[in-house]
Amino acid sequence: MAKFFIDGVEYEAKAGENLLQAALSQHLDLPYFCWHPSLGSVGACRQCAVVEYRDENDKKGRLSMACLTGVREGLRVSIANSRAADFRKTVIEWLMQNHPHDCPVCEEGGECHLQDMTVMTGHSVRRYRQAKRTWQNQDLGPFIGHEMNRCITCYRCVRFYADYAGGTDLGAFGSRGRMYFGRVSEGTLENEFSGNLVEVCPTGVFTDKPFAKQYTRKWDLQSSPSVCTGCSVGCNTFAAERYGQLRRVHNRYHADLNGYFICDRGRFGMHFVNSDKRIRMGGVGVGDGTFEARGTERVLETASALVRSDQALIGIGSPRASVESNVALKWLVGSENFCPGLADADAAATHELIASIASDACCIPTIAEIERADAVLVLGEDIADTAPRAALALRQAVRGVSFAMAQEAGIPHWQDAGVRGHAQDHRHPLFIACAGTSRLEDVAEATEAMHPEDAATFALDLAEVIAGKREAFEPGTFAARVSAVLADSKAPLVVSGTSQGNASLVRAARDLAVSLKIAGKQSMLLVAAREANSVGACMVGGSLSMSEALARMADGCSVVVLENDLYRRADAGRVNAALRASSVIVMDVLETPTADGASVALPAASFAESTGTYVNYECRAQRFYQTFQPEGEILPSWAWISRLASERGSDPGWDSIEQLTRQCAEQGFAGIEQAGPGSDYRFAGISRIARQTHRYSGRTAMYADETVHEPKSRIDSETAFAYSMEGANSGRQASATIPYVWSPGWNSNQSLFKFQQEISGPWMQGDPGVRLDPSWYLRHEAHPSDAESLAAEGEFRSVPIFPLFGSEEQSARSWPIVRRMPAPFAVLHPQDAARLGLVEGGGVAVLAVGRSCEVRLDAGMPPGVVGIAAGLPGKDVQPHCRTDLSPDPEFVRKMDGEPGVIARG
Amino acid sequence: MRGQQLLPTLTAEEIAEIEEEINHLPDRKSAAIDALMIVQKHRGWVSDESLGAISRLLAMSVEELDGVATFYNLVFRQPVGRHVVMVCDSVSCYVMGADDLAKEVQSQLGVRFGETTPDKRFTLLPIVCLGACDKAPAMMIDEDLIENVSSDRLQSIFGAYA
Amino acid sequence: MSLQERLPLSGRVEEIGNRPVFMTDYLGGAGYEAARIAVTGMDPNEVIAKVKEANLRGRGGAGFPTGVKWGFVPDVEGVKYLVCNGDEMEPGTFKDRYLIEYNPHLLVEGMIIAAFAIQAQKAYVFLRGEYHVPRRRLARAIEEASAKGFLGERIFGSDFSLDLRIHSSGGRYICGEETALLNALEGKRGQPRTRPPFPPASGAWGRPTIVNNVETLCNVPSIIRLGVDWYRNLGLTSDSGTKIYGVSGKVNNPGLWELPMGTPIRELVEEHAGGMRNGHKLRGILPGGASTDFLVEEHFDLSMDYETIQAAGSRMGTGTMILMDDSICPVDLSRNLQHFFAQESCGFCTPCREGLPWVEGVLADIEEGRGQEGDLDVLALNAEYIGDPGNTFCLHATGAIEPLQSALKYFREDFESHIRTGKCSYRTEAS
Ligand SMILES: Cc1cc2nc3c(=O)[nH]c(=O)nc-3n(C[C@H](O)[C@H](O)[C@H](O)COP(=O)(O)O)c2cc1C
Ligand code: SF4
Ligand code: FES
Repeated sequence: MAKFFIDGVEYEAKAGENLLQAALSQHLDLPYFCWHPSLGSVGACRQCAVVEYRDENDKKGRLSMACLTGVREGLRVSIANSRAADFRKTVIEWLMQNHPHDCPVCEEGGECHLQDMTVMTGHSVRRYRQAKRTWQNQDLGPFIGHEMNRCITCYRCVRFYADYAGGTDLGAFGSRGRMYFGRVSEGTLENEFSGNLVEVCPTGVFTDKPFAKQYTRKWDLQSSPSVCTGCSVGCNTFAAERYGQLRRVHNRYHADLNGYFICDRGRFGMHFVNSDKRIRMGGVGVGDGTFEARGTERVLETASALVRSDQALIGIGSPRASVESNVALKWLVGSENFCPGLADADAAATHELIASIASDACCIPTIAEIERADAVLVLGEDIADTAPRAALALRQAVRGVSFAMAQEAGIPHWQDAGVRGHAQDHRHPLFIACAGTSRLEDVAEATEAMHPEDAATFALDLAEVIAGKREAFEPGTFAARVSAVLADSKAPLVVSGTSQGNASLVRAARDLAVSLKIAGKQSMLLVAAREANSVGACMVGGSLSMSEALARMADGCSVVVLENDLYRRADAGRVNAALRASSVIVMDVLETPTADGASVALPAASFAESTGTYVNYECRAQRFYQTFQPEGEILPSWAWISRLASERGSDPGWDSIEQLTRQCAEQGFAGIEQAGPGSDYRFAGISRIARQTHRYSGRTAMYADETVHEPKSRIDSETAFAYSMEGANSGRQASATIPYVWSPGWNSNQSLFKFQQEISGPWMQGDPGVRLDPSWYLRHEAHPSDAESLAAEGEFRSVPIFPLFGSEEQSARSWPIVRRMPAPFAVLHPQDAARLGLVEGGGVAVLAVGRSCEVRLDAGMPPGVVGIAAGLPGKDVQPHCRTDLSPDPEFVRKMDGEPGVIARG
Repeated sequence: MRGQQLLPTLTAEEIAEIEEEINHLPDRKSAAIDALMIVQKHRGWVSDESLGAISRLLAMSVEELDGVATFYNLVFRQPVGRHVVMVCDSVSCYVMGADDLAKEVQSQLGVRFGETTPDKRFTLLPIVCLGACDKAPAMMIDEDLIENVSSDRLQSIFGAYA
Repeated sequence: MSLQERLPLSGRVEEIGNRPVFMTDYLGGAGYEAARIAVTGMDPNEVIAKVKEANLRGRGGAGFPTGVKWGFVPDVEGVKYLVCNGDEMEPGTFKDRYLIEYNPHLLVEGMIIAAFAIQAQKAYVFLRGEYHVPRRRLARAIEEASAKGFLGERIFGSDFSLDLRIHSSGGRYICGEETALLNALEGKRGQPRTRPPFPPASGAWGRPTIVNNVETLCNVPSIIRLGVDWYRNLGLTSDSGTKIYGVSGKVNNPGLWELPMGTPIRELVEEHAGGMRNGHKLRGILPGGASTDFLVEEHFDLSMDYETIQAAGSRMGTGTMILMDDSICPVDLSRNLQHFFAQESCGFCTPCREGLPWVEGVLADIEEGRGQEGDLDVLALNAEYIGDPGNTFCLHATGAIEPLQSALKYFREDFESHIRTGKCSYRTEAS
C-alpha cells in the first residue's frame, strides 16, 4: 500500500495502481472516457488530467494523465487545480467540436457519460465555428444501432469488442480527425458480446436497437435487480419496464460473476416477456390444442376439480422456474410424486455437477476465479454456446501470462497496449477437446476433435497419468501436450458441461480436477449446467425421473406442469402419449406445445413480473425481484399453486414469496433467504427502495389521456421496493436490492463506481447472492441414475450442438434473438460430407431425428460424428446416439417450430 | 468453413512475394502493409476483394486489415489512374510557390486533388514533403521524383507519361 | 586531414566525384574496416562505451545520446532488433535521403556495428515509402554486402550474424515517431505506444529494440575506426562530430553540407546557401524542420548545435532549416504547417486529433479574412494545451505547436492586422 495525496488529503491505494482508478475508488469525481476498469488505460482521451507535483514544495506542478500515472508513496496531485480543471474543460471543448449535440433525439441522452463529463467540466460555450465532420452509419444487425456522428474516438468499442471479447468484425478505420468505428461493410455484428458496446460506448454511437424501438429515457424506467435466465452462469442484470413492457436489460455488476459484461442472449433474450404468445389469461383446453380463455375463477374451478379428483396427482417442476415455485409444487404433490423437470440425462449430469460442488476435492470457480487459471482444458462441451460469460472469462484467463510478462518488464498491468504489445501472442495454454469448432479456437493452443464420450475417456486417462497410475502418453500427441501442460500448471481449470447429458463426462472431468488437486495444484472445475435454475431444480429433488413421470402420466393421472415444455425433455412420442392419457394443468409464461395439449393453462409471471431465486452452476442462490406488476390475470406460479392448494383445502403455510423462501430454507436450501432481503426490509430502517430514479417524469403525464388525476403508485406487498421515485438507492442498502445505478453528476452507468467499495471490488455492502451447501440434497434426495443410451443404430455417432441463439427456450422467443437463430442444421466433417455427397448449405436427412437439416461443414468435427442442432424451437430435439444420414435434394431451409413473437414499435 | 462461394484470389506471383515477406517476419499478420503494397503494385489499388483475399492469406480479419489499410496514405483503397501525380504541399515547397504550382497542375490536368482524369491517365494527389526541399517545388509521378518543377515545364513532364 | 577524416559522412562521396558510393568505391575508402574491427576484435560493451564517450547524439531530432540508449538494452535471451529510422517525413528535411542515396554502405556498416553492440540478430531499415531511389540503392548495397559476407551468417567469420531487411513504409509522418514506427513495422496501424515499456526493453514484437536515425548510424563507423578523440574534436562547440546541415527557401544555393557540429546559422545561410535570392529579406527560420520553433533576426549569429539552439527556445531538430523571407505571410505559412500536422495526426489522442484541425481552421479563417476577435485567444489556448509535452500521447502535437507558438510570439502583428483589416497584405491583388 502507498500513501498519497489528492488536493492535500491523504489516501491509500495499492502501490502501482493507476491514479485514476485509485481516485475513483475513493469516490472522487474525476472525468475520464477511454479508461475502463476491465479494459485498462490507454491514454487516448486525455480527459483524466490532474496536476502532479514533484514534492510538497512544488507549487506549480505539471499536467499528468491520472490513468497513466502509477500511485507511489508520497505522490502529490490535484484534481481541483484550476489548470487541470481548465484543461479537462478544453478536452470536452475539443470533443464537442464535431459532436452533433443531438441529445434530445439520442438514445443515450440522460444516461450519457459524455453529457455527464460535459456538465462536470463546465464546458458550455461553443467557440468552434468551422464545419463539422459527418459520417454514414451502418446497419449492424438486429441488436446494435450505430450513429457515428456522436463518436468521441475513445477507442473503447474496439478495445472491448476485438481485444477483450475476441470479435473480429468491428474495426477502427482511418486516422487523424477522421476515425471511423464500424465494420468494413454493413452487416450484423457477429460477436456474442456485442450488446456490451451499448454500455461501453460513452456516448450514443452504439445503442440498444430493440430498446430504441420502444424507447424510454433511463429516468422513466422502473427497474429492479434481476438475474439472467439465459444460462446457468446467472449473470446479474437490471431489468427495466415502462407501460407494462419490459424494455431492456442491462448488466448489473457482480465482482465474482459477470463483472461489467453480459452476453447478447442475456441482453436481448428478454423480449419474450412482451410477446404476443404470452399466456395472459387462464384457459381451458377444448381438445384440439386450442383454448378457450375464461376468467380465473372458472379456470380455477376446472383445475381444482382435477387436483381434487381421485386421480393420483403428480407435479413436474422446471429448471427455468424459481426454486420457490418448484418447492411449492413439490409440497403440493408430495416428494414421491414430484419430478424436478429435467430430462433424464440432464438430471444425471446435473446431479454429478452438484456432487462436485459438494465435494471438498475440487474447487468450483467463480467467473472471476476462472480468469486466474493458468492452464485450461475444455472437455466435450462448447461453453462458448452454453455458458458464454464463462467463455469470455476463459479469454481473459489465457491472457494471464501477459500480465506476468509485463510485470517482469516493469509494465503496469493496467497499461493495456503495453501489456498486449509486450506479450504479443503469448498465452496461457487452453486446450479444447470437443466435437465441432469452438469460437474459443482462436485463443486455443491446440484442439482435438473428440466425441464427448471420447472426451470422457480422455479425461480419465489424463487423470491416471497425472496420478502416476499410467504410463505417459506418446510424445508429440495432443494428449501428451495436454498432460505436460497440466503437470506444469499451478492453477489448472477443467471445463465441461451437462449439455451433452453425459454424466460420465462430468464425472471424468471431476476425476481429472481431483487428480490435479491431489498433485498439489489449485485445480478448478467448471461445469456448465443447462439452464438458469437447473442446479436449483435438481436440488429440489423428488422421487420421479422424467421417464417415470411420463410413465405415470401415460397410465393416467392428474399432473401439474410448472413452466416446462415436456417436449424439450423427452421424445415427442412419449410426451404425446403422456399428455393424451392424463389431465394436465400447465402454468407457463409462453404458449408451448405442452400447453397446447393441456386441460388447463394458467398464466404464469415471467422473471420480470415475479420474485424468486435461481441457483447457478456454482450453487449460488440469487434473488431476482419483480420489476413490474403484470397486467391481467398473470400470477407467479407459486401463487397459482397456493390457489390450487386452498381449493383443495390445504394450507401451504405461506402466503408470500418471503414465507415460501423461508420454507425452502427448511427444505434443503439452508441459507437461501440470504440471497436477498424480503418485503419487510427497509433501508436505514425506514425507506423502501425506489424502482424509479429521482427524475421519473412520466407519472403525472403518462395516463393523461385517460385521467388528469395523478395515479397513486402501487403498493408493493411482495418486495421492499416501491413503484415510485420515493425511496432510497444510494448503494448503502443491501446490495441485492440495487435496482439501477445513479449518483449526482453521474447519470450514466459509470456511476457504478460510486456503489462499489473500490473499483472492481464488491458492492458497498458486499456482493449479493449466497453459495449454498448442497449436501442436504445429496443426503436426502434420490439420485438420478445415468440415462441409458438409446439403442438407435446408424453409421454416425451424434452429438447435440446448442447454438447460443435459439437453444434456450425463452430467449428463442425474443424477437431480436429470433433474427439471429439458425435453422436446424447438422455439422459434419468435410470428408464425411464428401463421401455422402453432401455440400455446405444443402439438406441432409437425419434419420434419428426424423427430419432434414441444413448441412454445415466443419473440419473440427470428428469423422464419423454428426453434430445436430439441439434445443431449437420444435418438438424433436432429443439427440440420439447413432443415426444414419442421407442427402435430401428437396431440402428447403426453414426455421422449425413457430417463434411466434413479433417485433413491436 | 463456409467454403462454397467463389472467393477472389491473389495471383501466384503476388502470393509468392507476400510469402517471401512473411518468411522474414515473426508472424503472418506482420506482413500486412507489405502485402497491401505488393497487391497494389500489381493492381494499382487495393479493392475490397483484394482486401478479403489478403486477409485470408494473412489469417487476420478484414476489419483489422482495413484498419491498417485506411491508416496509410500510400495504400489506395480506391481505383487510381495509370499514373499517380503527387504534388508536394509542405512548407519548403510552399515557400517556393507550391500553391501556384498546384493550381497550374490542376488546371492542366483538368481535375482537382483526389480526382482521376476521365481518360484514367492521371490521378492527382497532394503529398507531404518529398525530401527534395533544396530543389523545391517538387512532385512525384509514380516512382519518379521531379524536382524544381515550374509551370512551364508541366506540359512536357506530363507528356512523358502515356 | 583527408577528406574522409574531415567529412566522415560525405567525404567518400566527394572523393569519388559526387557519385553514389557502391561496394568497390566504398572498400577503396577503408569501407567495412570499422565493422571488421568491432565484430572481430571488440566486446559489444566496448563498442557501446566508445559511442558513449564520443558523445554521439541522435540525429533524428531529439538528440538523445546514442551510446546511452544502446546501454538500455537488457541482457536477455532471444531475438533483439535494430531498426534504422529512415522515415524522414519532417517537412524541410532531406538529409537521410542524401545519405542513403549516396553512401548506402556507410549506413549498412553503421548498422552492422550497432547491431553487434546491442547483439541484435535482426535489423530493419524503415524507409519512407516514397523513397524509391534510396530503396533501390540501399537494396543494392545490402546485396553487395551479403555477397561479401558482411551481412548474413557469421559475419567476418565471427559468431555474429545479422539479417538486414528494408521495410518500405505505407506513408504517414507519424511513423517516424519511434514507437509508431514499431507498430508500423509490425504491420499494424502506425499509432504511437505508451511508455513504459521503452523500446530498448520491449520494442518490435515485444522484444528489445533500438531505433536510430540514418544519420546517427552513419556516424558510427568512423567513431570506431578513427577514435573518440578525433570525433569529439570535429565539433566546434560542446557537441561532437559533424552534422549534415541543410537550407531550403529563397536562397541562391539551397542544399546540404556536412559541416562541423556548431556551425553558425549565418554562415550556413550566407556562405553555404549563398545568401537570400533577389533581395529578399530573411525574417525567420525553422532551424530543424517544420516542428521546431521559429528563430528570428536576433538568433542568426547562433551556432547550430543542440545546446545553443535549445537555449534560444527552439530545437536543432534535424538540422535542416527552412527560411521564411519577407514575401511570405507568417499566417499563411502557419496554416500550411498546421495543415500538415493536423493531417498527419494519428487520430489517437484528443488534443492532437481535434485541436490541430481547429487550429488549422482558425488560421485559415484569419488568412482568408474571416478572422474574429478572440481567434488569437483560441490559438493561444490550443497552443498551450496541445503543446505542453505530456498533454498529448506523443510528441507529434508538441512539435506541431512549436512553430505556431513562436509565430504568435514573433509575428503577432501580422496575425492581428489580418483580423483587423480582414485581409492578407501579402496577397497580390491578382491572386
Ligand atoms: C512525430 C515524430 C516524427 C518523427 N520522425 C522521425 C523521422 O522521420 N526520422 C527519425 O529519424 N526520427 C524521427 N522522430 C524521432 C524518433 O522518434 C526517434 O527519436 C529517433 O528515430 C531516434 O533516433 P536517434 O536517437 O538516432 O535520433 C520523430 C519523432 C516524432 C515525435
Ligand atoms: S499527439 Fe496523439 S493523436 Fe497526435 S500523433 Fe501523437 S498520439 Fe497521435
Ligand atoms: S481516461 Fe485517462 S486518458 Fe482517457
